[in-house]
Amino acid sequence: MSVITKGKITDIQELTSIAKRIRIKILHMLTQSGSGHTGGSLSAADVAVAIYFSKMKFNPDNPKWEERDRFIMSKGHAAPLLYAIMAEAGYFPGETLDYLRKIESPLQGHPCCKKLPGIEVSTGSLGQGLSVANGMALGLRLDKNPARIFCIMGDGETQEGQVWEAAMTAAHYKIDTLCAVVDNNELQIDGPVEEVMGIEPVHDKWAAFGWHVIDVDGHDMEEILRALDEAERTKGKPTVIIAKTTKGKGVSFFEDKVEYHGVAPSREEFDKAVKEINNG
Amino acid sequence: MGDTTQAGEEQKQISQKMPKATRDAYGETLLELGRKRSDIVALDADLSCSTKTGKFAKEFPDRFFNIGIAEQDMVGTAAGLALAGKVPFASTFAVFETGRAWDQIRLVVCYSNTNVKLVATHGGITVGEDGASHQALEDIALMRALPNMTVIVPADAAETVSVINAVADYKGPVYVRLGRAKVPYVVPDDYQFTLGKAFVFHIGKDANIVAAGIMVDMAKKAAEILSREGIDTGVINMSTIKPLDEETLLRVAESSKLIVTAEEHSIVGGLGGAVCEFVSENCPVTVKRIGTLDTFGCSGDPDALLALHGLTTGNIVDTIKAFFKK
Ligand SMILES: Cc1ncc(C[n+]2csc(CCOP(=O)(O)OP(=O)(O)O)c2C)c(N)n1
Ligand SMILES: [Mg+2]
Repeated sequence: MSVITKGKITDIQELTSIAKRIRIKILHMLTQSGSGHTGGSLSAADVAVAIYFSKMKFNPDNPKWEERDRFIMSKGHAAPLLYAIMAEAGYFPGETLDYLRKIESPLQGHPCCKKLPGIEVSTGSLGQGLSVANGMALGLRLDKNPARIFCIMGDGETQEGQVWEAAMTAAHYKIDTLCAVVDNNELQIDGPVEEVMGIEPVHDKWAAFGWHVIDVDGHDMEEILRALDEAERTKGKPTVIIAKTTKGKGVSFFEDKVEYHGVAPSREEFDKAVKEINNG
Repeated sequence: MGDTTQAGEEQKQISQKMPKATRDAYGETLLELGRKRSDIVALDADLSCSTKTGKFAKEFPDRFFNIGIAEQDMVGTAAGLALAGKVPFASTFAVFETGRAWDQIRLVVCYSNTNVKLVATHGGITVGEDGASHQALEDIALMRALPNMTVIVPADAAETVSVINAVADYKGPVYVRLGRAKVPYVVPDDYQFTLGKAFVFHIGKDANIVAAGIMVDMAKKAAEILSREGIDTGVINMSTIKPLDEETLLRVAESSKLIVTAEEHSIVGGLGGAVCEFVSENCPVTVKRIGTLDTFGCSGDPDALLALHGLTTGNIVDTIKAFFKK
């Protein structure tokens, strides 16, 4: 496969149908493995698809290609989403998706950069991705490499103090090659984010930390693309996209259900879910 | 014994220079490395004056990143820099570097196997007056438990120079533990550190002291006293604590009745622990561990603290004598 260049896919229809395929792949993987994180993989799917297929340049045949844009899934439990995208992009054959969480699989429960080329850094302990993204950006800047960095975080994840340490660092060092996304699905494991440990006002917090903040409907492809363009144009400061999403998005019986954070679909649920996605 | 490396002459070969802190040697070496290599970058968490990364910062402001008082972010940022092809040296006090950022070190340094050099200063009790909150006595145990991590504790300023140069060339995660206080020179002038290789001053037929850091100097003094009293005592500078120099340790274990480990660290999980783990499985011999006895430190003058915790030449001598009196 050749280099997938920036802006390759801007057609909303096409991106939307990729997102559908990705959702089905996620559900397939999770059903097959019998465990894994459903809700947060589905909520971030549209944003992740938009980043990978409309914005990023990368080369699946040369995952370490120096000019590639970098992607960090800081909310590592959304590994199924990342794997589905990587399979779609051609990093590995689709059949590999059957081995999610299986012994000696490259598709670890949480992304492992030593087991799967194309993963930039291992994640899974929440709150760490943004710091690594900053470091990458600073290193690339020293080399005058204009590659961009994308980092998706969960909203609950932003309760981690390290996220705000990194938020300060990115603004302090004016890291404008960085575009972070908060997958604002308003749920975490123990319940609604605002009940467990409120993070509002999310927009104002990031703005106060010196970031350019863009609010979007995280399932509206057009809005997402506009936000990604705006992030790219924004100079002198990092950009964060606050994506208002629905946990479990695309499958009515998973949507907004806290109990589907870390539960895989049953066979029956899978069949029903696929029908819904295909008809949706 | 085969390895009595220039035992008689060694005194002459050792630098007559005044004692010097290992952190000072680090600051100078890092600066030198910065001049030679553009891929060297440094990070600190608001302690660059103390850790001596400040020298590098002054000459290479573009390659120095002060992350502020945010050790977790510092380690993550260092990992990112490594992933972008740089060789980051990230420094702060040993307590904060290893304790505050342990999960970060685990995930994005060790598990991700990034080329990050964690060079911590103010290891051990000789931090002194700042007291227990600032005295890392568990850092070696914390770092040693992590897969992929290399752990090094240089004995003096000269060895520190050699160590810092070696780890800059080595690819992979490294923890280097340095101290605040000035320490005398103990390694011969022509000594070159090799990663994973202990330096053998002498292998004793009766007892051997396997030491690291500031305890190497005391071990040598203790060995002189003991040897004069008829107990042939060897001294090994085990500056690489992980991976342990098993070959040398096996020779030491096979040729002596007693091994004493000496470190400015808890007896739990550090050099003493590492030696016990290896010796008990491969060549059981009595091991006595000298270190802090599973306790916190306290404020005080460094020498007074060393005495209080039994980290002295006298205690090494007494420990070995007591064993042979039985
Ligand atoms: C440091 C850390 N603490 C706890 C966990 C366990 N954990 C996994 S997912 C999760 C909730 C995440 O919520 P959020 O960031 O909102 O993610 P999403 O809703 O997108 O799934 C928790 C607590 C973890 N992975 N890392
Ligand atoms: Mg959430």
